[in-house]
Amino acid sequence: MLISRILKNDRGGQVFLAILTLVTILVPVLNLAVPADSPLHVSTYTLTLLGKYLTYALLAVAVDLVWGYLGILSLGHGAFFALGGYAMGMYLMRQIGDRGVYGNPDLPDFMVFLNWQELPWFWQGFDMFWFAMLMVMLVPGLLAFVFGWLAFRSRVTGVYLSIITQALTYALLLAFYRNEMGFGGNNGLTDFKDILGFNLQADSTRVGLFIASAVALALGYLACRYIMNSRLGRVAVAIRDAEDRTRFIGYRVEHVKLWIFTFSAILAGIAGALYVPQVGIINPGEFSPLNSIELVVWVAVGGRATLYGAVLGAIVVNYGKTYFTAALPDFWLFALGALFILVTLLLPHGIVGLLRKKEKVQ
Amino acid sequence: MSFTLKKLSLATLAITALSSPFIVLADDETIKVGVLHSLSGTMAISETTLKDTVLMMIDEQNKKGGVMGKQLEAVVVDPASDWPLFAEKTRELLAQEKVDVIFGCWTSVSRKSVLPVLEELNGLLFYPVQYEGEESSKNVFYTGAAPNQQAIPAVDYLADELEVERWVLAGTDYVYPRTTNKILESYLKAKGVADEDIMINYTPFGHSDWQSIVADIKKFGSEGKKTAVVSTINGDANVPFYKELGNQGISAEDIPVVAFSVGEEELAGIDTAPLVGHLAAWNYFQSVESDENEAFIDAWHAFIGDEERVTNDPMEATVIGFNMWTQAVEKAGTTDVDAVVDAMIGIETPNMTGGTATMLKNHHLTKPVLIGEIQDDGQFEVVWETDGEVPGDAWSDFLEGSKDIISDWTDPVRCGNYNTVTKTCSGQNY
Amino acid sequence: MRPVLANEQHRHGSRALGFLVALCLLLTMSAAVYAQQSPGPLDEAYQLLISKSLKDKQKAVTLIAESGDPISEPLLRTLMEGDLYYEEAAQRFVAGERRGKEYALRALSDGSELGTVPRKAVSKVRTNNAVRKQIREVLATLTLKSADPDVRLRAVNELIDANNDNLGAVMRPLLETENNAKVSAALQTGIALSELQHGEAQQRLEAIDSLSGSLNQTVRNTLRRIADNESEAPELRTAAADALQSIAGRIEFYGHLETLFFGLSLGSVLVLAAIGLAITFGVMGVINMAHGELIMLGAYTTYLIQQAMPGATGWSLLLAIPAAFMVSGAVGILIERGIIRFLYGRPLETLLATFGVSLILQQLVRTLISPQNVPVSNPSWMSGSWQINSVLSLTYNRLYIFIFCLIVFTALYLILRKTRLGLQVRAVSQNRAMARAMGVRSARVDAMTFGLGAGIAGVAGVALSQLTNVGPNLGQAYIIDSFMVVVFGGVGNLFGTLVAGLSLGVANKVMEPWAGAVLAKILVLVFIILFIQKRPRGLFPQKGRAAGN
Repeated sequence: MLISRILKNDRGGQVFLAILTLVTILVPVLNLAVPADSPLHVSTYTLTLLGKYLTYALLAVAVDLVWGYLGILSLGHGAFFALGGYAMGMYLMRQIGDRGVYGNPDLPDFMVFLNWQELPWFWQGFDMFWFAMLMVMLVPGLLAFVFGWLAFRSRVTGVYLSIITQALTYALLLAFYRNEMGFGGNNGLTDFKDILGFNLQADSTRVGLFIASAVALALGYLACRYIMNSRLGRVAVAIRDAEDRTRFIGYRVEHVKLWIFTFSAILAGIAGALYVPQVGIINPGEFSPLNSIELVVWVAVGGRATLYGAVLGAIVVNYGKTYFTAALPDFWLFALGALFILVTLLLPHGIVGLLRKKEKVQ
Repeated sequence: MSFTLKKLSLATLAITALSSPFIVLADDETIKVGVLHSLSGTMAISETTLKDTVLMMIDEQNKKGGVMGKQLEAVVVDPASDWPLFAEKTRELLAQEKVDVIFGCWTSVSRKSVLPVLEELNGLLFYPVQYEGEESSKNVFYTGAAPNQQAIPAVDYLADELEVERWVLAGTDYVYPRTTNKILESYLKAKGVADEDIMINYTPFGHSDWQSIVADIKKFGSEGKKTAVVSTINGDANVPFYKELGNQGISAEDIPVVAFSVGEEELAGIDTAPLVGHLAAWNYFQSVESDENEAFIDAWHAFIGDEERVTNDPMEATVIGFNMWTQAVEKAGTTDVDAVVDAMIGIETPNMTGGTATMLKNHHLTKPVLIGEIQDDGQFEVVWETDGEVPGDAWSDFLEGSKDIISDWTDPVRCGNYNTVTKTCSGQNY
Repeated sequence: MRPVLANEQHRHGSRALGFLVALCLLLTMSAAVYAQQSPGPLDEAYQLLISKSLKDKQKAVTLIAESGDPISEPLLRTLMEGDLYYEEAAQRFVAGERRGKEYALRALSDGSELGTVPRKAVSKVRTNNAVRKQIREVLATLTLKSADPDVRLRAVNELIDANNDNLGAVMRPLLETENNAKVSAALQTGIALSELQHGEAQQRLEAIDSLSGSLNQTVRNTLRRIADNESEAPELRTAAADALQSIAGRIEFYGHLETLFFGLSLGSVLVLAAIGLAITFGVMGVINMAHGELIMLGAYTTYLIQQAMPGATGWSLLLAIPAAFMVSGAVGILIERGIIRFLYGRPLETLLATFGVSLILQQLVRTLISPQNVPVSNPSWMSGSWQINSVLSLTYNRLYIFIFCLIVFTALYLILRKTRLGLQVRAVSQNRAMARAMGVRSARVDAMTFGLGAGIAGVAGVALSQLTNVGPNLGQAYIIDSFMVVVFGGVGNLFGTLVAGLSLGVANKVMEPWAGAVLAKILVLVFIILFIQKRPRGLFPQKGRAAGN
């Protein structure tokens, strides 16, 4: 079987996928089938929260792919995530139809409000699900392709590359804040009603989205692992460790980087698309450079270049955030800050590194 | 393989252990009050004060014996100025903590973000900040000003009392300034102001380099007609803006600026010297002399333990909202949201400027409008006020799309978005 | 209660005495000091002044101005500046200044100290725009004959702006005795303006001729009115239109100068914010995400020193410069010793750790000081502007910050180029192993270098505190711009940072008028992204071996 071949030497991946499968089966059952007063019941709140974590995990996998295996520290992956989210958001906005505040069947509320007479060209087609899904992948992919094509060809590397990816997401942040851009300005897109005809507020839809996120994460993980097991993956690692040598041997370093970078951006876009219907809003804040830094931190906390470490990091940090913002609202930034410092200093290979070390000792 | 299994079971155990905070046992002895204000991030500057205000009100109410004989219990969470997190925290408050009411939000986007969750889970939110209108949800009570309770009277004051003929509408680029400026533009044009006498300018959040814009305003204002700036500039961008005005020699006597987002709390963080004489329009100022206000200020100082802390308009709105809610709960005899929502309409409570706030059918309040001049001690001197209270209008009469829309949460309409021409109700989520 | 002026010889009027007694007393004492002065109108004015009604206050101002009493000028000036207080216990007016929870009082007549009183003992005499405007006009007339030519010039300009009918009549006699060239020119402008509006046809043409070079706003508006008024004589209108056109040309020229200044000023802020990073990031290769928070600490140091030294804003600001350097520098050394030194050779990981530091520092300030912004006041010499002519003025704070930026840059440049530390810093950054082999204690040099970069960030914070908000988020607003500037200029090149910052500032300001503030910034970012493709190592790339990865 393909899956077992992909995961042949990846014990962490096996464990991760086993847990993921378990959770994906268990949580919806506990949510839908177990009565609400039972202690085993998983509330829709927890379900949605877990769904959100899964999309973050997919995003972290995308970042790990380029950072851990290719050595490109992208400080702009949040931008691809947000673009995917906006594409999905545009579809959801079009689904509102005439149920909006102003009851206009064609225009989203914010356009009516800005006195726009007709739908701008870049909103055309988003009423069709397949088109929106295409855009979810195409827009981040295309941006990554053009950006990467320029940057890798000019051999922009290391810190410079990190900083210009940051400039990219910052520029997009500013652009999306502008109301004239036609993406709802600071408020972004919200007040979604349904997806593919299913009511977004129904528990069953939420379960569906949760499962979709889990499946996307599993497939994304397998795809990344597949790439890394392939020749392309080995060249990527070679580039990470000695770019010039790889180039001198005769590999087209730019092409390898470009394809992996673009693929990673597409994954990030898909994660964004799954994120939006679950949290119910997409706004320019997602482009914030700080968000992109934070997601790099997830990967670092989990452990670089393992893929499942990225998943672990995303879930641990975000769970910490959820827990501490409620339990210690005044102090959670201290905890978060300390976590980043301690992990970088004491756990250069992240939590995964810690687990591995223990394993070796045993 | 056995190793993997062991790990698996360990992991499952860990997940169960970690999810324990998600399981919260409901306590029937208290009434839970959710507080949803950012305590970190960019909005912490404004919102932490409101968190403290709610805590103070809960404290006072508990000393008075609580509500319906039950003590109130605050559940404070930090949405960290992160808009999707606002939605998540709302869900947590309603679904996990089972709070009976939420006091929270500041920015419009945070309110928009929590709105679907409130409507889905039938929660109750008191929103205490002046905002752009164009909304009326069954689950939200808007205790801040609607545009007709702040912007329009301010413009009237400038036009009638100061004889202003040219207008600069300067704002931060987001929905509140956009809406307010649209309303004002259409209002000014209806008053006969020509196109070339209105200058509209939008800047990003936190804009700090105002040199060019202030120079433009100076030029615009130097053409012989009395000019004023109507500022919907948000928070952080104000300090550099006023500093630049002062430094470029524009005094309040030449070109007064009337602001809708600058209050005592904002002034406390500013060297007020360059602002003296500029104006602000609010429904409450700390300097207003009334018994309610003095009692409130004293209570606030005692609670926060600092005589220097100021009070401001959103705090008053929070207090009014809180008092109305306790009254409504007593009246309804339950904290059930539907009963409280119905009981809320028509509730009256004294405001802090010597009048009475009444909750209207559209979930907005009646409020007096005050225009104050900034003094160098960071307080406002009231220079003008409306005769009595102005009822809040959710849907502006000066906007094309919302002229015909009203909000009425009583029978038979029961709709926040009712078109009086087509007799239809649209955009409802419950 | 009858308020009385605070004056050593005037202290009188206790509540126990009846009105008449007090009046007699006042009469005699006033008579003793200011012969032929009747106390009547002033006394009434004082009553009106403490009234709540602003209309009463306007009446009071008129009365005080008409009294001709020598006290009226300091009284009105203090009132206009918002420093006039009424001390209820002593029933007198004083000039007050807030010092923490107390007020320091001064007598109005001679400025002598009257000690400090608690806050509740005095109440402020509040004014509004209308009152202040009225005082300004009154004072202009009062100060037309002042000995100080600057004061006279201001008074003349005030009157020109007011453009009253009697403008010519007031100014003609003054011109005869005026010996200062600038004031004379202003008076001539005023007279010409008056003739332009009220003179004979020939006079008016001559007036246009003499006004055609004037940049004064009122003159321009008057000329425009004439040019647009169809009932005026055609030849007069053409003359006015011509004059306006020549004025417009000059204004455009000054407009370009102004844009350049705006750009350089914005650029100097960028340079200041980035220059510390040019050391920590550029020279040492540490991606210091806590750089913004080090700037913030500098700004907070300024605030704390101002709190400790009330009433000495100017000195506290100067003192804040070394203090901020020490504070931020010390925190920087702490960060280096505690965290960064374990991460050399792993530059991207310094990003993560310092990001954690930045979160902690932000929250620390929120917890220890306040989540709110704190007020930092500007000393008087930082406020206002240098009026070159009536269309071009350079604001002092921006001007000083520009100069300050150049000073900081030069100092840093000299430290790196001319001192032993600088030599060691460059040696370590170019080749650590070699430097160590030559006997450089690289650990100490690292700590000093990072401390230097951090300290400079603190100094930048002092400058920024004069321009913008001081709050926990201050640092975040500048961190990204700082990185852009350093990368654009070329990592490791101090001079590149200067050129990059200034040119980005000017580019931004040149684009702003037609693109708007947001789009201008986006365009600058896109430009940087594209520029880095063209020159992957910035404007001034490091050459030689050190340039490698």
